[in-house]
Amino acid sequence: MSSAVPVNVENIDTDQIIPARFLKATERKGFGDNLFRDWRYTKDNQVIPDFPVNDKAKYEGNILVAGYNFGCGSSREHAAWAIYDYGFRVVVSSFFADIFRNNALNNGLLPIQVTPAFLSEIFDTIHKDSRAQFTVDLANQTITDNATGKSEKFAIDGYKKECLLNGYDDVDYLVTLRPEVENYEARRR
Amino acid sequence: MPQTLFDKVWDAHVVRQLDGGRSVLYIDRHYIHEVTSPVAFGGLRNRGIKIFRPDQTTATADHNTPTLNQDKPLEPGESKTQLDQLDRNCKEFGIVNYYGLNNPKNGIVHIIGPEYGFTQPGMTIVCGDSHTSTHGAFGAVAFGIGTSEVEMVFASQCIMQPKPKKMRITVDGKLGEGVTAKDVALYIISQITAAGGTGHFIEFAGSAIRGLSMEGRMTLCNMSIECGARGGIVAPDETTFEYVKGREHAPSEANGDWDRAVAYWKTLYSDEGAVFDKEYRFDAADIQPMITYGTNPGMGVAITGTIPAPVSESDVKALEYMGFAAGEAMIGKSVDYVFLGSCTNGRIEDFRLFANAVKGHRKAEGITAWLVPGSHIVERLVKEEGLLDILHEAGFELRQPGCSACLAMNADKVPAGKYAVSTSNRNFEGRQGPGARTLLASPLVAAAAAVTGKITDPREFFKK
Repeated sequence: MSSAVPVNVENIDTDQIIPARFLKATERKGFGDNLFRDWRYTKDNQVIPDFPVNDKAKYEGNILVAGYNFGCGSSREHAAWAIYDYGFRVVVSSFFADIFRNNALNNGLLPIQVTPAFLSEIFDTIHKDSRAQFTVDLANQTITDNATGKSEKFAIDGYKKECLLNGYDDVDYLVTLRPEVENYEARRR
Repeated sequence: MPQTLFDKVWDAHVVRQLDGGRSVLYIDRHYIHEVTSPVAFGGLRNRGIKIFRPDQTTATADHNTPTLNQDKPLEPGESKTQLDQLDRNCKEFGIVNYYGLNNPKNGIVHIIGPEYGFTQPGMTIVCGDSHTSTHGAFGAVAFGIGTSEVEMVFASQCIMQPKPKKMRITVDGKLGEGVTAKDVALYIISQITAAGGTGHFIEFAGSAIRGLSMEGRMTLCNMSIECGARGGIVAPDETTFEYVKGREHAPSEANGDWDRAVAYWKTLYSDEGAVFDKEYRFDAADIQPMITYGTNPGMGVAITGTIPAPVSESDVKALEYMGFAAGEAMIGKSVDYVFLGSCTNGRIEDFRLFANAVKGHRKAEGITAWLVPGSHIVERLVKEEGLLDILHEAGFELRQPGCSACLAMNADKVPAGKYAVSTSNRNFEGRQGPGARTLLASPLVAAAAAVTGKITDPREFFKK
């Protein structure tokens, strides 16, 4: 259960989530500082206080709620890293770009796709009460707006759900498949 | 059962089908670059494992390289660290096909891959870069992946993904004069929106597509990610075989590999009656030279068109960012920067188009033009074909290969508030530099803007 931070903009691309000039690091750390950099800071590096992610007096929580087609554009996994590193664990939108959805799931960040109508209700709820609570139940695949009691079921690949619940790792699994991959290669020759 | 081209290639690479719809998919060719690979190499080190098939990875430095004075030592800092690290990683992990900065084969990953014959029909190709879709032009299943998946390919030469849905976009007819593959791409995206292809792999078909050169097909498939699609694919044909033949890493003609390969490649097409989840048909005659006016690639209009009225808050925000108003004509708008290059339009055909258009004209006062070849092969051909002389006479300079102002990770940044007509692929807020305003267009529209200083219909301006 958590309150949520709303960014009610459609087509938020990965260049907005983390601009290219911050992709120069060679280790996976610290990207959260530059999450939504150009929306959070002016050209002169002044904080833009009313951007919801900056408005900590009003908004808090580990759920990010955003408009349709979230995460479109570049494949940079840094976008998922930045959102996770900042402290979010769930992103809610009415539509996600494919690569972003995959990258999020590979990094313990849960993308929840809700209907456009429910998304709009969620924004309304947050608008009425910026600390309104939402409950995410991964095991049962539901998200609930505690204020209205409304709930929606969301889809998630069964394998990725197991991974998120149990902290499994794709690379470990694939390494165990190496003999099978060798057989495949031999068959194709 | 009739199969689509995409099914044929995908199914031939499934090592194991997992419960829940995921496939363990074998990857023939893995491209890497300096920005999305370091964390994956770090992962291998943490696990104490080696790359499973290092010969199937090709590495280059492109996103973060300078496009001037490449022979001079780099300033110490993050960019240099990232390039040095790619160098160390490739050496440590035995990647022999590594073309770092100052290697004669260095260039944009999606340009050099095809140029050296690494990209071939029927392959599965991935790279930690969304524009990997470019290689679909050869009848390959090619798409961008995240860094976690780069590590998976290193570890096992496989990734795990559900099979996408299939879409076919057919463009029949003859493209009008001054209409390029880039215009076809921008037109399609403007019709189906920047999210219209999400969840799908798109096969481009029809006589207008068949009539495109390999360069044109690469431009089109490159932009397929801009409508949200996983990738684009075009059935290989004689145009494809002609392009691949004789390239350094293409199958050898001497030992019969070439003939065997072509025999297989000729089976790669969508069977009569194959079913797609979604189909669109467009008439080539409806496509005009295009230009974008907003902050996603779906916000495009014919160059002679006007800016449509906003239908959402996001549209309002986009027009505000661009400093445009609904109802305004695109023609005549003032331009500050022109960028010719990127994995979308940094190939030799693009430089031919641009150079031949500006021949006999002069670069407009006040225009800053960045002409950035996609590779050293493109750079060499520009010189050999006499295009460089034409460009110099018209007041243009040629820079050195790299991604450059497409994503402005290096020093090539468009200043805040300035307008850039760009042959690249994305017009997102700040993509070409904080506050920069990008108008996506073809090399021909870029040429017309470069010599007139404003948005100009190339069909009018370059009329013979």
